[in-house]
Amino acid sequence: MGSSDIVTAVTGVVAVPAAVVLWLVIAERIVTAVPHRRQESVRAWLWLALPVVLAGGILLYPLIQTFAMSFQGPDGTGFVGLQNYAWVFSEGVLPVLLNNLAWLVLLPATTLLLGLALAALADGVRYEWLIRTVMLLPMAISFAAAAVIWRLMYAYQPSGADQLGTLNAVLDLLGADTVAFLSDPTIATFSLIAVGIWMSTGLAMVMLSSAIKNVDSSTLEAAQLDGTGPFGAFWHVTLPQIAPTVSVVYTTQVIFSLKVFDIVYTMTNGAFNTDVIANRMYSELFRAREYGHAAAIAIVLLLAAVPVIVANVRQFRAER
Amino acid sequence: MLTTSRRRRAFSPRRALVHVVLVAVAIMWVVPIAGLLVYSFRTGNDSAVTGWWTAFVDPLFTLRNYADAIDVGGLGRSLVNSLLITVPTTVITVLVSAIGAYALARMRFRGRVTLLLFAVALIVVPPQLTLVPLLRVFRELGLIGQIPGVWIYQVGFVVPFGIYLLYGFFRAFPEEIIEAASLDGAGTVRTFFQMVIPTSVPVLAALAIMQFMWSWNDLLIPLLFLGGSASVAPATVQVAGLVQSTGGGLGIVTAGAVLAMAVPVVVALALQRSFIRGILGGAVKG
Repeated sequence: MGSSDIVTAVTGVVAVPAAVVLWLVIAERIVTAVPHRRQESVRAWLWLALPVVLAGGILLYPLIQTFAMSFQGPDGTGFVGLQNYAWVFSEGVLPVLLNNLAWLVLLPATTLLLGLALAALADGVRYEWLIRTVMLLPMAISFAAAAVIWRLMYAYQPSGADQLGTLNAVLDLLGADTVAFLSDPTIATFSLIAVGIWMSTGLAMVMLSSAIKNVDSSTLEAAQLDGTGPFGAFWHVTLPQIAPTVSVVYTTQVIFSLKVFDIVYTMTNGAFNTDVIANRMYSELFRAREYGHAAAIAIVLLLAAVPVIVANVRQFRAER
Repeated sequence: MLTTSRRRRAFSPRRALVHVVLVAVAIMWVVPIAGLLVYSFRTGNDSAVTGWWTAFVDPLFTLRNYADAIDVGGLGRSLVNSLLITVPTTVITVLVSAIGAYALARMRFRGRVTLLLFAVALIVVPPQLTLVPLLRVFRELGLIGQIPGVWIYQVGFVVPFGIYLLYGFFRAFPEEIIEAASLDGAGTVRTFFQMVIPTSVPVLAALAIMQFMWSWNDLLIPLLFLGGSASVAPATVQVAGLVQSTGGGLGIVTAGAVLAMAVPVVVALALQRSFIRGILGGAVKG
């Protein structure tokens, strides 16, 4: 650590937060200067200035720029109409969209079902904390590190040779043929989705298990008195009560699947039929330098997210 | 826990099956990480010819990979950079999100609902979509290659989610506490910092933990906005670089990966409880 590091640290942890607080104090001075009935809305806008400028600058401004760019040529000039969009839905890009669809269907469903099953099974077991901790571990691991981990898991040698990869060693031990998890185009995408499931199930399980613990115990006892078995009780009593958490977990995973990038980028970089929208966008930007194509992909991705936005907004409105 | 004593007594085949399933899944989840750990302590010669599990029958361990990762792989410097990026980003994100969420939840003004809907919609915007326009702007502002540039990006990117998470909590915040404070003559700013913030620690902690993990583990933004210079590169960029140039051997890569994940793993384990409490208070109760 040099002195410049200390300057950076102090700036970020002390100076910037202090400036933010100072801004609120100044805002209060401005508020006292305006007529009384407008004070509250003036204060609100002064408070909101910071988050609006930051989120507007980092997300909204580029969004508008990208939208304009999706109608322009490769270098971001001229007007080409819907050409870029036609290209997105051409045969070359269609497999990429299909891969994303596989992520979108498989990852949220598997994560949710597995998380739900684990949360229900572990509920009340003495070593529940241990299971939860173990499941949560991958959440704290970066994709860069996860890529290293899973290359070791998936490493492949033809059948008969000494296996260095964990999974193929197990297959070899069982007398089965080894599998080229990351380089067989028919299964590589599923191998990557498995990594995604490994990383996201923990959070799902933890959220669901907390919700299960909040289920009204008198309703469960009533079900038991009625002679309902554990599965019936879970289906008819627990599940309806934890529905809000189920929907939060599912939404989070759908957004994750739509945006999935890092796993693909670090493990196969889209080779062997594993490419997804976000990675393709990245390679159009920085390898092909086709800004128009990249922008059109981005807009298609955002449109695919619209149902998720609508569902979220509905829920938000229902609450208020 | 009550449920434990109720269910522990009877041994049944069904209970046994539950234990088998739980233990099996836990093993499946741990083995990949265990493999990485063992691998990172093995010699390059061993790893080249046998799987990591042979270390259990024929143990030969070394710290060489870790020494290499820190000296040759530049992991030491990059861990400092990760902290310099992540800690300020986390502090500023929580502060700005809290201010925004509080204004949206507790102040009356025109455009409140529209702004809320914008916040929800912006959560879904993928980071790749922002890259071309923002790289241009950041270059003009001289922020490329500067750690504060990454703060600005990561804070702005997560603020809509932060507002989404905190809004419900502030909305449900007891009115009496705020009124009592204003009767005591405390202004809005003072009430916010002395009453609201201290009472909201669990949900703020949940946001802080999430932002800490995301910021620490983010590869894309530091990779592009820091311009690949090793003097400012965080651990993720360094490890990804080692993966791509496996010239240093897999030993150094695995040791680097272990070093890069140590901090967030410790944070996650230590703060697990407050994280769960906070996230459920904010996102579900609404």
